[in-house]
Amino acid sequence: MKEPNIIVCAKQIPDPEAPFSDVRVDVENKEVIVDAPNVISPYDENALEAAIRIKEELGGKITVLSLGRKVADTVLRKTLAAGADALILLEDPAFERLDSNSTAYVLSRAIQKIGTYDLILTGRQAGDWDAGQVGLILAEWLGIPAINLARSVKIQDDRLLVEKTVPVGYEVVEAGLPALVTVSNEVGELRYVSRTKMMALLKRPAPIPKWGAKDLVDDPARLKTIQLLSLAPPPDMRRECVIIEGSSPAEKAEKLAAVIMEMR
Amino acid sequence: MSEILVLAEGSEEGPDKKTLELFRVGTDLARDLGIEASAVVVGENTASLATAAAGYGLRKIYKLEHPLLKGFQPEAWVGALEWLCRQINPRVLLISHSFIGREVAPRLAFRMQTELTSDCLGLGIDPQDGLLIRTKPIYGGNAIATLKCAGLPQMATVRKNVYEPLEAGGPASEIVALAPPLEESVLRVKSLKTVPEEVVELDKANMVISGGRGIAEKEDFELLEALARALSKTHGKVLIGCSRPVVDKCWLSSDRQVGLTGSIIAPDTYLAIGISGAIQHLVGMIRSKKIIAINTDPGCNLFKVADYGVVEDYKDLLPALVKKLEEQS
Repeated sequence: MKEPNIIVCAKQIPDPEAPFSDVRVDVENKEVIVDAPNVISPYDENALEAAIRIKEELGGKITVLSLGRKVADTVLRKTLAAGADALILLEDPAFERLDSNSTAYVLSRAIQKIGTYDLILTGRQAGDWDAGQVGLILAEWLGIPAINLARSVKIQDDRLLVEKTVPVGYEVVEAGLPALVTVSNEVGELRYVSRTKMMALLKRPAPIPKWGAKDLVDDPARLKTIQLLSLAPPPDMRRECVIIEGSSPAEKAEKLAAVIMEMR
Repeated sequence: MSEILVLAEGSEEGPDKKTLELFRVGTDLARDLGIEASAVVVGENTASLATAAAGYGLRKIYKLEHPLLKGFQPEAWVGALEWLCRQINPRVLLISHSFIGREVAPRLAFRMQTELTSDCLGLGIDPQDGLLIRTKPIYGGNAIATLKCAGLPQMATVRKNVYEPLEAGGPASEIVALAPPLEESVLRVKSLKTVPEEVVELDKANMVISGGRGIAEKEDFELLEALARALSKTHGKVLIGCSRPVVDKCWLSSDRQVGLTGSIIAPDTYLAIGISGAIQHLVGMIRSKKIIAINTDPGCNLFKVADYGVVEDYKDLLPALVKKLEEQS
């Protein structure tokens, strides 16, 4: 069997697990300010995990693409430590706040520049805008089949075999290659990357190619940005919390039991 | 270019609740624009759904029927809807942010070279230019964005349970039967089989007990289950839920996930154990009538949105709690 070339699209975003108290909306500048480190969007990590499992079985090569105005390679190098073979950053001020169609367009241009590929994996949606569009539209730009919401991805006899989550359970679908799959978290979390492995990679950093708009887009007018009219903070969710005190777990349990029985 | 088109989903019994919510938005926006709203039903045989959908005072019900539209094969559905859009050039196209909508809408937007806004909480019309004003939560709900996009049709998917369903009534809609020209070759993804699984409907529970990242091992969910058993004697239907990391670890299936990409629920009581309270999770449970949080970290976010909190290790607290509840019942 052929060793597959897999491309994983991974977006760098502010940690979506950050407590809401660390997130502030700058209404005037229409910006969300998150007081937390950047991470790889969780569903994109699931996509990378799915890619690594295929590589473990069949061999091949995993290339990670990440697009943004400014992409920190310290965040994305985790993909190399976890098992990706190459990382390419698509970085340009013109890539800021692109709409889904334009984001998918730039990714499609980068993938055409790479040339050969068998499988493209993306997360089901990014943890910042949660649009869930770029993967499916990318497949449209490339003219390849797409499968949404995968919980398992396999290549068998050069065919793609996917279990996709559907409302009543799961559906087993099959497609020829190349194809694109959007991956959901049922696939499982990205394997643990040890700190020593991360540090070793950072100490001997391999050069990471950076491609900008001029490398990828003939006509900059094709790139459209999101027209944000306003940005507002969410409705207040806070409640007055009564902390149940006690000197032992048993005492707290007794008081909590009383509270719960009141709620009948 | 004169109507609003709504994709209707449902069964032989008629349009489902999320579709009636969409009928409401579509009808409201049509009034603002001074145009009419119509709906489209898609399938192999849609006669009874179309007839039922015709009872809500919409202008037309387009019936797209073809053998390839049986079940839900996304490529066939996108092809049929693209064909219809080219026939009738709708000004606005609304789709539910459902399983079908998530899969169909982005591809359709690409084919029509327009920009979709997904998972909208609100839609309006800009009186200046007649464009759709789209409101959607971003950063998991930490901010609410309002935006406009160019392109036709103006396209959005709408979150369920936001709008009131439209009541039946008004003049009967004209049913327009159309046979989209679909070729077998559009189906590049082949469905081999669908495997039904027992799916837990968390939105049907009176009480949901959820575990999160703080649960140390899979076996510890037995402590939560013991509590659920004890409480089901007094609190109605009690189900076990979880936050996303638990599904990522493959400890529980995704039908039990509460949050933005899981279930959005509002039970009488929500008990969160070892859940720190990332916004994605809070979005899914914040409308619960009463919220109780158990966590070892007194600073965790869940205590900020809970009615009651206990700062304690669940391993010590839960067995004592179950014992207490059993004594009382």
